[in-house]
Amino acid sequence: MPLLLVVAFIWLPTLACVALSFTRWDGIGGLADIQWVGLRNYEDLFVGQPAFGRALHNNVAWLLVLVLLATPLGILFAVLLDRRLRGSAFYQSALYMPVVLSLALVGFIWQLQYSPEQGFINNLLGTNRQDNLIDWLGNRDINIWAVLVAAGWRHVGYITLIYLAGLRSVDPTLREAAAIDGAGEWQAFRRVTWPVMRPINVVIVVVTVIEALRAFDIVYVINRGQNGLELLSVLVANSILAEAGRIGYGSAVATVLLTMSLVPILLYMRRAFRQDAA
Amino acid sequence: MSSGTPVPLPTQAAARRLPRLPHRGRVALHVFLLGAALLWLFPLLWALYTSLRPYAETAERGYVSPPGRLTLDNYAIAWRDGELLQHFLNTLVIVVPSVVLVLGLAAMLAFAVSRFSWGFNVALLMFFTAGNLLPPHVLITPLFRLFLALPVPPPLSDNGVLYDQHLGVILAHVSFQLGFCTFVLSAYMKTIPQDILEAARLDGASVGRLLRSIILPLSRPVIAALATLEATWIYNDFLWALVLMQTADKRPVTTALANLSGEFFTDHNVVAATAMLIALPTLLLFLFLRRHFTRGLGLTSGGG
Repeated sequence: MPLLLVVAFIWLPTLACVALSFTRWDGIGGLADIQWVGLRNYEDLFVGQPAFGRALHNNVAWLLVLVLLATPLGILFAVLLDRRLRGSAFYQSALYMPVVLSLALVGFIWQLQYSPEQGFINNLLGTNRQDNLIDWLGNRDINIWAVLVAAGWRHVGYITLIYLAGLRSVDPTLREAAAIDGAGEWQAFRRVTWPVMRPINVVIVVVTVIEALRAFDIVYVINRGQNGLELLSVLVANSILAEAGRIGYGSAVATVLLTMSLVPILLYMRRAFRQDAA
Repeated sequence: MSSGTPVPLPTQAAARRLPRLPHRGRVALHVFLLGAALLWLFPLLWALYTSLRPYAETAERGYVSPPGRLTLDNYAIAWRDGELLQHFLNTLVIVVPSVVLVLGLAAMLAFAVSRFSWGFNVALLMFFTAGNLLPPHVLITPLFRLFLALPVPPPLSDNGVLYDQHLGVILAHVSFQLGFCTFVLSAYMKTIPQDILEAARLDGASVGRLLRSIILPLSRPVIAALATLEATWIYNDFLWALVLMQTADKRPVTTALANLSGEFFTDHNVVAATAMLIALPTLLLFLFLRRHFTRGLGLTSGGG
């Protein structure tokens, strides 16, 4: 029974999505209205649609910011907090707090920082008058970066939490042995901790990539993902919610998303398989 | 390990902690971490501060100003104008059955899986877990069409289909979360020594009784961690209720945010109060059940 549920609600729709991406369907008429159009939807994506280009660009920017900035920062915090300092519980709570909030709510909370006239940042900088206003979320050249700060705020805590749990499960005598042998801080981390943490590193990479591909709520809450905040996920959702009759196009975008997500999924499964076989 | 070399035993102090940093290093570390912690708390504290100030005062003195009068008026406005009571009730109607169903099904499945042969259960778990990692946008379009087409009789649905129903959102959550919970639970159940089960079976315990009186009580810490985690995740869901429901009054509180932002409220004080009210349940859950919460997320990485 539960197996059936998973098949019916997850796997069949996934396959249907790939199939629909080769068709044209307005979604209003019955299944008989579906027309086979081959690769036309994909041609549309890469040739005629500036929104798709922007969305792809933003998803890649999202991925790079999380991978190159937020995730390393989260790992750094975890390594520092692993020292069992006094006050560590407080530091951890502060970092973990955003993790329990939805990204939709994170978008809401950061509007209080970014709002042009009433927001904290512009009031602090004195850029809240009509003649020198910085519209952090409205200006399409900067809004994606502003949103990424908010998304990173949550992601750092998430990574710290997972990585610290991993560090705590590593045998501490290993690192002590390295210290006794006279290895410096950095050397001990690079030569001992990092290799031992390899399985966790895979999880961290997978989690980060998946988060970047799933991003949706925060931009949808801020401005429905328009005007510089386009994401692949938004284009898919809009093909259902906003514009009728773009089922084929939306499915083609979703298939691109699926292809991108296969990399981390296969990486994760390979690891899970190894661990189970061992 | 070769038997000839004596293994140096770590001293007592070394066994307990990493080598202590020199004093100056420790001070620098504390300053850095304290700064980071305050920076991370700031957006939340700012929302709290803004939510407690009357609009008239912030309009006159600006938002970055010392407090004059603090009030809960904004909360009353947010509660009333955002119809938060209705949305919180919707959330409750979705979260409670979803968590119970997911954990109940996952416990049974995990139990069954942990008794089968290796090859079969590795394949099954992969199948489940891969579904879990898929970005939901990959399948929302067909799922949306499917929900519109699936007939459901009246007591369970007031429009005859699965679309726009709490039941539909619950089923979507259950099928999406089942893989992860089964994976974690079965990994844990495998660590329960076979001897205990063998002994109980010899005493004539049925499979159901085995599950009820031995497996589930022993798995309680993992179940508690999963329940905390799932309740938070499902509470925080935005997408499913947005795509699979249409009636604004039926939507849970997180999805209701889509219509509460921007133009809906004229002043930021009420926006801040709304944010605090919606953040409160998960923040409280985190503060009181932190142990379960961190253990649950730790399981994500350990895989058991």
